[in-house]
Amino acid sequence: MLQDKDRIFTNLYGYQDWGLTGARARGDWDGTKAILEKGRDGIINEMKASGMRGRGGAGFPTGLKWSFMPKEIGERPHYLVVNADEGEPGTCKDREIMRHDPHKLIEGCLLAGFAMGAHVAYIYIRGEFVLEGQRLEAAIAQARDAGLLGPDACGSGWAMDVYVHRGAGAYICGEETALIQSLEGKKGQPRLKPPFPAGVGLYGCPTTVNNVESIAAAPTILRRSGAWFAGLGRENNAGTKLFCISGHVNKPCNVEEEMGIPLKVLIEKHCGGVRGGWDNLLAVIPGGSSVPALPKEICDDVLMDFDSLKAVKSGLGTAAVIVMDKSTDIVAAIARLSRFYKHESCGQCTPCREGTGWLSRVMQRMVTGEASVEEIDVLDNVSRQIEGHTICALGDAAAWPVQGLIRHFRPELERRIAAARGGRSAAAE
Amino acid sequence: MSGSATEAFQFTPEYMEQAKAILAKYPQGRERSGVLPLLDLAQRQLGWVSTGVVEEVARITKTPRMKVLEVATFYTMYKHSPKGRHHVEVCTNIACWLRGSDEVLRAIKDELGIDVGGQTGDDLFSLAEAECLGACCNAPMLQIGDEYFEDLTYETTRDLVRKLKRGEPVKVGSQIGRSGSEPEGGPTTLAEFCTTSKVGGAE
Repeated sequence: MLQDKDRIFTNLYGYQDWGLTGARARGDWDGTKAILEKGRDGIINEMKASGMRGRGGAGFPTGLKWSFMPKEIGERPHYLVVNADEGEPGTCKDREIMRHDPHKLIEGCLLAGFAMGAHVAYIYIRGEFVLEGQRLEAAIAQARDAGLLGPDACGSGWAMDVYVHRGAGAYICGEETALIQSLEGKKGQPRLKPPFPAGVGLYGCPTTVNNVESIAAAPTILRRSGAWFAGLGRENNAGTKLFCISGHVNKPCNVEEEMGIPLKVLIEKHCGGVRGGWDNLLAVIPGGSSVPALPKEICDDVLMDFDSLKAVKSGLGTAAVIVMDKSTDIVAAIARLSRFYKHESCGQCTPCREGTGWLSRVMQRMVTGEASVEEIDVLDNVSRQIEGHTICALGDAAAWPVQGLIRHFRPELERRIAAARGGRSAAAE
Repeated sequence: MSGSATEAFQFTPEYMEQAKAILAKYPQGRERSGVLPLLDLAQRQLGWVSTGVVEEVARITKTPRMKVLEVATFYTMYKHSPKGRHHVEVCTNIACWLRGSDEVLRAIKDELGIDVGGQTGDDLFSLAEAECLGACCNAPMLQIGDEYFEDLTYETTRDLVRKLKRGEPVKVGSQIGRSGSEPEGGPTTLAEFCTTSKVGGAE
C-alpha cells in the first residue's frame, strides 16, 4: 500500500498554502539548481530510468519523448507546451494540481524545458478553468520574483519563462497537434503526423507537449531518483498516479495511489465503496470516457495500470474511474458519451464528422429499443470503420465506448429491442 | 451587455492594457496567438462576441477577419448574442449525470421557468447545457461566469439561484463544505498535510 512519504501531490486537497512559502515547506524548489547541473542528458536519463509513462492518456514514456527533441538548438527555438486542457469526461486531476500545487508544475516546466532545450513553456489551460489559470499566473509571478524563473532561473544561467494560455472550450484541443494549432490562434483541428511536434511543432519549431501530471511529477522524481519511482507500481507500469473516482461510489474523490492497485481496493479504501455495496456494481469505465466500460466480473479483480487494463480490452487512459451501479441505464450512459463525441468532433475527417453523428443517432434509438437486432452488428461494424481512419484519436475515442457496450451488454440491447417490438405488436393487435 | 452585431468595438484603456500584456507572451510576429485570449477579453467587456469584436481582434492581431470569425465560431465559450447576467451552464456529461445533473437542471427550470437555451425576461439569467467541465469528483456541478458550484442537489441548486435573484452573496465551490476533491468526511490519505489551516497565499 502506498505510504504518504511516497506521495508526490501532498497538497492535492488544498488544505495548505498553495503559494511559494507553502510549496517550499513541502519540498518544492529544493536543490533545483543541482538537478539542472546534471545536464540535459542526466535529466533525460533519470526520467527514462523512472519508467514514467505519460499521464495524459496515451501512456508514452516521458523520458523517451523528451529525448526526441533536437540535441542542438538551431535557428528555431524549442518549446515546451503543457497540456492543461483537461476535458476527458471523468477527469479532474490536473485542475487540483494547478489550483493547489501550482509550483510543482512550474518547477517541472523549468526542469523539462531545460532538458529539451526550451527557454519558453506555454501552459495551455482549458478556458473554463478561469480561477485555476489565475492561480497559475500568480504562482508564476512568485517564481519570477524569487529568481526561480527568468533570465537566470535558480542561478543556473538558463533563461526560462512560463506563460499561461487559455483555451476557449473545445475538447479536441487536448489532442497535442490541435492544441498547437489553437495556441497559434487557429481552429483546433489536428495536424497530420509526421511531421511530429518534436520536429515541427509550435510556430514550426521543435516542440514537446506533455500532460500537467507528467510535468508536475518530474521534479520529485528527479530529486528522489528514477529508481525510487520505478520501485513503485509494477513492471512497465511504474510509479504513483492520480486517480479520479466519480459516479456511484459513496465518496467520490481524487487520490494518489500506486499504479497497479486493484480497482476494488481503490474504490473500497478511498471512496467508501460502491453505493449499495460491491455486489450492486454494474460496470466501471476505468480511464475516462474514451475507454470501453468493464462489467462487474472483470472489475472484481482487475488491476489499475496500462497493461492490465489493455489486457481486458480497455485502458488506463487518464485514470478517471467512472463507477456505475445497477440503477444505471448503461445504454443511456454510453449514448450520452456518443452525443459528447458528436459535439466535439472538429469536423475535419469525414469518418469522424459523419460517423460520430451517426453513432449518436443510432445510440439514441438503442436507448428506447427502436431498432432491429441486426443493427447492433451494423453499429459495431460502422464504429470499426471510424476507428483508425481519422487524423487523430477522437474517432477511436467515439468508437470504443460503443464497442465496449456491445461486447459486454449485448443482451441488454437485444432485450430493449425485443421489448419495444413487443410493445409495438401488442399495440397493433 | 450591449451593442448591435455590427457596431464597431474598441477596448477600453483598461482592457487594452490587458490585451497588450497578453500579446507580450508571444514572439514577435506571432500576434495571431492572441486571437483566442483577445476574443475572451472582448467578450468580458461587451458581454458577447459581435462582428465589431471580430474586426477589432483581427486588426490588433494582424489576422484576416475570416480567420478570427472561424475561431469565434469553433469554440463554445464565445457567445454570439448577449446572455443573461448570470449565464448558468450545467454539466450534463456522464459523471454529473450519474450523480443527478437532471435534478440540477430541473431545479433551475422550476425556479426560473426557462429551458436550456432560454433566458429570463429581465435578462438576469440564461441557461445552457455544458459538456464535462472537469470537476467530476464534485459532481453534479454547474458554472456561472468564472465560478464553479459543486456537490449540488435539487435543493441547494434552487437555493443558489434564489440567492442570485435577490443579489445575495453565494458560496463558490463545494456546497457541502469540501475543501477540494477529498472524500466527503475527510481524506483517507495525507493526514499530516490535511490538518494545518491555509496560510499565506491561500484563499
